[in-house]
Amino acid sequence: MPEKRITIVEKIMNANDHVANTNRQRIDAAHAYSINIMASPGAGKTSFIIATIKALLEVQLKIGVLEGDTAPVTIDSDKVSDAGVPAVQINTGGECHLDALMVSNALDQIPLDSLDLLLVENVGNLICPASFDLGTHSRVVIASIPEGDDKPYKYPNIYRGLDVLIINKIDLLPYLDFDMDYFQQGVEMLNPGLKTFPVSAKTGEGMEDWLSWLKAKIPVNQS
Amino acid sequence: MHELSVTESVLDIACKHADKAKAKQVTDIYLVIGRLSSIVDDSVKFYWDIISKDTICEGSKLHFKRIPAKLVCTQCNHEYILEDDLMPCPNCGSAKVRVISGDEFNLDSIQIER
Repeated sequence: MPEKRITIVEKIMNANDHVANTNRQRIDAAHAYSINIMASPGAGKTSFIIATIKALLEVQLKIGVLEGDTAPVTIDSDKVSDAGVPAVQINTGGECHLDALMVSNALDQIPLDSLDLLLVENVGNLICPASFDLGTHSRVVIASIPEGDDKPYKYPNIYRGLDVLIINKIDLLPYLDFDMDYFQQGVEMLNPGLKTFPVSAKTGEGMEDWLSWLKAKIPVNQS
Repeated sequence: MHELSVTESVLDIACKHADKAKAKQVTDIYLVIGRLSSIVDDSVKFYWDIISKDTICEGSKLHFKRIPAKLVCTQCNHEYILEDDLMPCPNCGSAKVRVISGDEFNLDSIQIER
C-alpha cells in the first residue's frame, strides 16, 4: 500500500482560535471591552472582580460577567449578581479551563449589546487556561502574595501570553517572605515590559491605577 | 487535564487532512511542541487511543518533537537554552532576555496509506 507523508503545520489550537476570533467580533460589534481573568485558586479573582465592578458602577458603566466554574456551584456568580450586574455561570463539567466555544454559548445568554465591559472569570488554574484564547480583548493574570514569588518560574506559559498582571494582596507583604524583585525579574524575562498593577482588592490600595487603565480601554469612554 | 481538548483538536485536524488526501488510513502523527507549552505527552497518548477509535486515525502512532525553550540576552546577545528553571543570561547575568522559541504547538505532518 503506498504511503505518503503529508505536511500540515497547523496550530493545534486552530479550531479554538477560530471561535475566539468570532467571539471577539461579536464583542466588538456590541462596542464592549472584554477581559479574560486568570489566576490560581484563591488568588482573589472574585474579590478583585467585585471591587472593580463596584468602582465602575459608580461611573455608570454597564458590566457583565461570565463565571467559569468546574462544578455547578454558584457561589461566585451569586456574589457577582449581588453586586448588581448580570452574571452567567459557565459550568465546565470538570474541565480545568474555559474554551472559546463555552464563551460563545455564554455570550448568547448575557445582554451583550447593552454592555460596556465584559469580564470573564476563568477557572482557577495557572496551566490550562493559558492555552485557550477566549476572544477577549485582553488577558489578565492575578498573582497574589501568599502564592509565593516563584510562580513565573514554575508556570512560564501563563506569563507569556498575557497583557496585564495584577499582583493582589499586597497588604500581606509585611507578613510574608515574598521577594518582589525576584518575582518581577521572572515576569520580565517571559514578558518584557508587561503592564503590572500591585493592588490590594481588600484595602483598595493600588486599585485606582488599574481602574484608570481599564476605563481608558472601554469604547464608550473613548468617544 | 486540558490534554483531552488538545487531543481532540489534533484528531480533528488529522482527520480533516487525511480525508482531503483521500487516505485509507493514518499511520503516524507528528507533533511539534515547544517546551514552554504545558502538555504531558503520556496523557495525550492515553486519550489518543480512546478518541481515535473508529476513525481514520485508529491505531496511528503519535510522535512528539520537543522544541527547547531558547532565549537571547538583549545585553550581550548570548543565546541559551533553558534546561530546567527559568534563569537569567548565564553569560552576563542580565535578566533582560527575550524568548525566541519554545511556544510552538503544531501538528506538523501525518503519514497516510492510500
